[in-house]
Amino acid sequence: MIGFSRSARINIGVMAILAILPVFFWWTGQTFYLSLATRLVILAIAAVSLNLILGYGGLISFGHAAYIGIGAYAVGIPAHHALYGGMDFIASNNGFFQIALAVVAAAVFALITGAICLRTKGVYFIMITMAFAQMVYYFFVSIEEYGGDDGLVIDTRSEFPLVNLDQPIVLFLVSYVVLVLAMWLVNAIVNSRFGMVLQSAKGNNDRTVTLGYNTYLYRLTAYVISGAMCGLAGALLGNFATFISPEMMDWSRSGELMFMVILGGTATALGPVLGAAVFVVVAQFLSELTIYWHLPFGLMLIAVVLFARGGLSGILRGKGS
Amino acid sequence: MFVLKSGIPPLDTTLLFVQTLNGVQLGLLLFLVASGLTLVFGILDFVNLAHGSLYMLGAFICASLTFLVGNFLLAVLIALPITGVLGYLIERFVARPLYARDHLDHVLGTFGLILVLDTSVHLIWGPAGIAVPLPAWLEGQVGLFGDVVVPSFRLLIIAAGLAAAAGLFWLVNYTRLGMLIRAGASNRTMVSALGIDIQSLFALVFALGAMLAGLAGMLIAPITEASIGMGNNIIITAFVVIIVGGIGSMKGAFFAALLIGLIDTLGRAFLDDFFKLFMSSDAAENSAPALSAMLIYILMAVVLSVRPQGLFPPKVR
Repeated sequence: MIGFSRSARINIGVMAILAILPVFFWWTGQTFYLSLATRLVILAIAAVSLNLILGYGGLISFGHAAYIGIGAYAVGIPAHHALYGGMDFIASNNGFFQIALAVVAAAVFALITGAICLRTKGVYFIMITMAFAQMVYYFFVSIEEYGGDDGLVIDTRSEFPLVNLDQPIVLFLVSYVVLVLAMWLVNAIVNSRFGMVLQSAKGNNDRTVTLGYNTYLYRLTAYVISGAMCGLAGALLGNFATFISPEMMDWSRSGELMFMVILGGTATALGPVLGAAVFVVVAQFLSELTIYWHLPFGLMLIAVVLFARGGLSGILRGKGS
Repeated sequence: MFVLKSGIPPLDTTLLFVQTLNGVQLGLLLFLVASGLTLVFGILDFVNLAHGSLYMLGAFICASLTFLVGNFLLAVLIALPITGVLGYLIERFVARPLYARDHLDHVLGTFGLILVLDTSVHLIWGPAGIAVPLPAWLEGQVGLFGDVVVPSFRLLIIAAGLAAAAGLFWLVNYTRLGMLIRAGASNRTMVSALGIDIQSLFALVFALGAMLAGLAGMLIAPITEASIGMGNNIIITAFVVIIVGGIGSMKGAFFAALLIGLIDTLGRAFLDDFFKLFMSSDAAENSAPALSAMLIYILMAVVLSVRPQGLFPPKVR
């Protein structure tokens, strides 16, 4: 493939495998693996969104699972009211409305909390993003109308003209297209003037400010874009699982998202996707082996942090630790 | 202006007193957990998410020992050094290699540690919680004044919490070890240049923090029972405490812990009554639980938007 660099070829190769393999599973009727792949792709979208601020922006958000939850409830709540009545102004099964609601709600939450979080830095930022996510968690736990702790079953998936999300392969393909678009968008942002400022602020904030850039606004914009993108992933996850509960925004979920990004390699296009893939596959494999699978999994996490700096994509590109 | 509706019951002062005491109790437990966090962060610049796991381990170890030796207080005395040793081991094998790394690696490494410790507890003690029996003289209630009665064990928790806070205050401000701890927080390199074994000091601080968190777990176990994941619930609130108080500040941790303990407890107990003053009963009962669950986070947001470094930021950092 003349004209493509080594890393571009790896990217295209991995993404092609990720597209072809699930279609093959579907063709041969292995629905379990197809749904595993769908979950993987949806989590990869969330990891890609986190990578924009964590990898390129240097903003360690420990609360990204909140956006997944917000996106999922933005599908679940209108569907709930469409079935059981009440709250007529949001009761709807219309997919366009639900997706728009997910993205806008996530963006607004990111704007409000981001405006506060970004006033702080370092370890404060980590803990505050985590605390705000926990706030959303307890908020949904305490609302009995939507099931509280027990969660909410989505009886009807988002409805689109011509596209039926009830078919597993359609849901997978839609998620895959969204993943590719998300990767394209992050890549476009990173290589734009905006992205340059964002990365420059990561490298040296004071110097970037001195050059005349209001890095606070750049970071806030990136934070909102990332939150909105993750909200979209949440809307897809709600459609995939057809069951949502506060548990999906527990802080350990945020930790897992962070782990995917680090495992795959921060500030790389493919890293979050690789990280999500390894995470989902290893977690599935270990949980089939033993109910105590968190033990080897946690040890693996510690080992990756201690020994494998640069992540998987670093190793793939021959730049391992 | 809100129009007060007629027929509002007068505020129950007995209930208010008991709930305030509960708030103080929660605040002191939070302080025990948060003080370890803030010590470790202030001196070692290390973010320890697994600090809550030490709280959980303290509860489980104390539960087993209570059944073994047959006395709760004796079990606490034996369990304390054990949690200290566990803290030391964690410092030696997970935390120490990570000191030189950035906070992101701290967070991920200790997140992995939580998974390992939670699952280990599951393996050793099984999935169900363990109730911890109290000696008879702690089971009863104490009449304070009027018709106010409080469980005597809750008074013991408050006394133990205050004693630990006073002991810590004395240790940090009036002993040689405390002097080294404060010096280490201000300037690590200088302390080690003066010939202090900074590595051992770090390990000691870590073990001390583990013992404090373990103590909090032991004290709460007879009330809530020891259960997997109990640490993960309190650690977030402890983070809110040290953020509001100012990370690295012992004084900040103490006042913020009491503030948050009181706000959380009183909010859950009285917010719906308060809302009923100017809302319909139904609306109040629907909105109060959601808001009271978020109250401490709202407090945190307000504090941070006014003072991003917390209420009592440490002087030197």
